[in-house]
Amino acid sequence: MTYTQLALLGVVVVVVLDLVVLRTRLLRRRVFWTSYAIVVFFQLVTNGVLTGLRIVRYDGAAIVGSSTPVDAPPPFLGDGRIAFAPFEDLLFGFALVVLTQVLWVWLGRRGVQRTPYSGPPRVRMPGDARQL
Amino acid sequence: MSRFAYVAVLVFVLVGTGWLEVLLRARVYARRRRLALTLVPVVAVFCLWDLYAIAAGHWTFDVERTTGIVLPGGLPLDEVLFFVVVPIASLLTLEAVRSVKRWEVGDEAPGECVDGVRVHDAVRRSDGEAS
Repeated sequence: MTYTQLALLGVVVVVVLDLVVLRTRLLRRRVFWTSYAIVVFFQLVTNGVLTGLRIVRYDGAAIVGSSTPVDAPPPFLGDGRIAFAPFEDLLFGFALVVLTQVLWVWLGRRGVQRTPYSGPPRVRMPGDARQL
Repeated sequence: MSRFAYVAVLVFVLVGTGWLEVLLRARVYARRRRLALTLVPVVAVFCLWDLYAIAAGHWTFDVERTTGIVLPGGLPLDEVLFFVVVPIASLLTLEAVRSVKRWEVGDEAPGECVDGVRVHDAVRRSDGEAS
């Protein structure tokens, strides 16, 4: 299978795991999408370093875009890439993050260190739910 | 460039998220057993994916900028560490958002949440805010 196919499969597997198999339903919660928005921003930054500096190089036969060039950085945007990385990396990252968080919540639900819950913050943050 | 370029990115992620445990009381590192039980299957699944991708030639690594410690199957240690560090960072982010917003995550006891927000804690003390 190509990386493109595996990455799409990875997304389908974790979505089914969350919504059907373990029924953690994280993907239906705003806490997930808010934290994912933060995570994906930093993924673009850190993965941009790993792929832009060609610490990790990709074979064009496995992705939608072309191979990482031998003597130059890949395109920042376009040719199937976003911030130097193949867009498939976003699917890979999504699968990694969702699998992790789903297992974490599932374990908590089963009573493995369900508490202490996170919080309260030691510092005031924007959007703090507490009435101070 | 240095052999520690990849590892430096991972250190950046650890440092960049570490404060969430302390200042927002994410309590991810504090729940060590739950964290370990989460990480074991995640690391296993993604190392297998990585091994397949390496064998199939999907991606390769710059030997000059990875540690040079390579596990059987051509898997760089750097990659294994990635599958530990990134999941931890994602959990710190999830729990930090919960810390601030008190939004329902799905592991709460029945009755603790109303309209998707945790309004009281059945087990632990409530926030302990002086009123």
